[in-house]
Amino acid sequence: MGGRILLVEDEGNILEAIGFILSRAGWEVQGHGNGATALDAVARTGPDLIVLDVMLPGRSGLEILRDLRARPETAELPVLMLTAKGQARDRETALELGANAYLTKPFSNADLLATVTRLAEARAATGRG
Amino acid sequence: MPPVTPSARRAQLTGNRIRERRLVRGIKQAELAEAVGISASYLNLIEHNRRRIGGKLLVALARALDVEPAQLSEGADATLYDALQSAAQALPAPFGARPETDRIDELAGRFPGWTALIAAQQKRIAALDALVEGLRDRLGHDPVLAESMHEVLSTVAAIRSTADILVREPDLEAVWRSRFHRNLHEEAERLSTRATALLRHFEAEEEDAGSRAASTPIETVEAMFEAAGHHFPAIEAEGWAAIPGVIARAAGMEDPATRDLAERLLTAYADDAARLPLALVRPAAEAAGYDPAALLALGAGDVALVLRRLATLPRQAALGEGAPPFGLAVCDGSGALIFRRRLTAFSIPRFGAGCPLWPLYRALGRPGQPEAALIEMPQGARFRAWAVSQPAAPAGFGEAPVMQAVMLVTPAEALRSPAPAGPVIAAGPGCHLCPRTECPARR
Repeated sequence: MGGRILLVEDEGNILEAIGFILSRAGWEVQGHGNGATALDAVARTGPDLIVLDVMLPGRSGLEILRDLRARPETAELPVLMLTAKGQARDRETALELGANAYLTKPFSNADLLATVTRLAEARAATGRG
Repeated sequence: MPPVTPSARRAQLTGNRIRERRLVRGIKQAELAEAVGISASYLNLIEHNRRRIGGKLLVALARALDVEPAQLSEGADATLYDALQSAAQALPAPFGARPETDRIDELAGRFPGWTALIAAQQKRIAALDALVEGLRDRLGHDPVLAESMHEVLSTVAAIRSTADILVREPDLEAVWRSRFHRNLHEEAERLSTRATALLRHFEAEEEDAGSRAASTPIETVEAMFEAAGHHFPAIEAEGWAAIPGVIARAAGMEDPATRDLAERLLTAYADDAARLPLALVRPAAEAAGYDPAALLALGAGDVALVLRRLATLPRQAALGEGAPPFGLAVCDGSGALIFRRRLTAFSIPRFGAGCPLWPLYRALGRPGQPEAALIEMPQGARFRAWAVSQPAAPAGFGEAPVMQAVMLVTPAEALRSPAPAGPVIAAGPGCHLCPRTECPARR
């Protein structure tokens, strides 16, 4: 399994840790730490999958998700949302806006890998991967 | 036979209360009858609940027996009655024997100490419920809290992922290993700072909650107004200059928030007194039998000012002299009660809103139009009420004014002038205290 993955997360050390384990699993990883310019980063890197944090400086992950779904070129792009434990409303909103999966912080690396793999497989199965 | 409603049953007991009171005072039936100008046999019928009484005769009997008329017609103080009623309603269903709510008067008469204890505990439970509700709301919607929780969880997430890599990757390159160790150290430091900040947030919350449960600024300030009978002779005489002295003599003013609020409300009192001086309002009110409808001209268009000033007139010790017992409720545009003068028989809730049927709220919907109404409380006591909503402060051009509504209430029998024509509003003290389960306005 592999492909390009964009991590939109402002905490540098989370970015580094999950970037490391996804790279080891064969993904080509790009990191981005700012909500306001996340859509530009998507257009520039053309990822196969996005891991998107909800609380970001500049712009919320939920708003970015809404825009991604509104654009034809990213409407079907698999999005894994990272939300904080206890913020049930964020999770509900994320799913309503069309997130494909979510993980609540703190999550385990194994769960992250399993979820990313599942999303990539589902995308491959629909023939667009 | 139609079912006997609690209000009818309470009215029926007026005779018993008159008899009990007369016996306690050691007055003979004939003496009391003569004092109020009726025959002894008629008084006998009244005492045996064979004749319903009200109006002037009730007031005369109350005066002769040296009690408030409401105490004869209502029995237990309505606030106490409401507290017991709400304690009974709050009881979980499978409790066994239901409390005998139809015998509250009897309980209050025979065991005043225990009754007061139940009422006090009920009040405390309601206060704690309101506190829990407020804190729950805070936890769900506090943006500062949500952000610090997110920060803590993000740090924990970084630590968990990094530690997991260090443990599960035995052959990790030295450069990565030292990098992740450094990250781990950095995140541990950050976690300790963020967790401490979060705990501090909760501690501040707890301190707030502690003082709030004991007494809020508005409760302390209202207690100061209550203690003064809502009348401050020093401010009436000297105006704003007397405010610091009034505050210095009041209890519980150490808290800056309480002091600020006391200053604000006393300044509003002094403003009102300056605009409608006691020397003007007292004689005019006496001449008009304290009916606000006859006194509107005094306010030069400011109806709320007249209502507020009537609620500050001194009451006389002897019945029938001085101002009648006036209660006052002031709410803001959201309906939240921001100031109250309590009345023994008309309870105004401490938390939350009052009864949605009060003219106070009707007035909010018709800004500037004064309302007068007759209200019947669940126990049958009737009150006259006057309300109006007006801008709380002048608004600039194109700005929406901040509205405030004021309602003045007094027992129906306290005024000589006839009550307004029109339907009687079957109201209550506010939904969480109200026994009217079928009310369409009930929340």
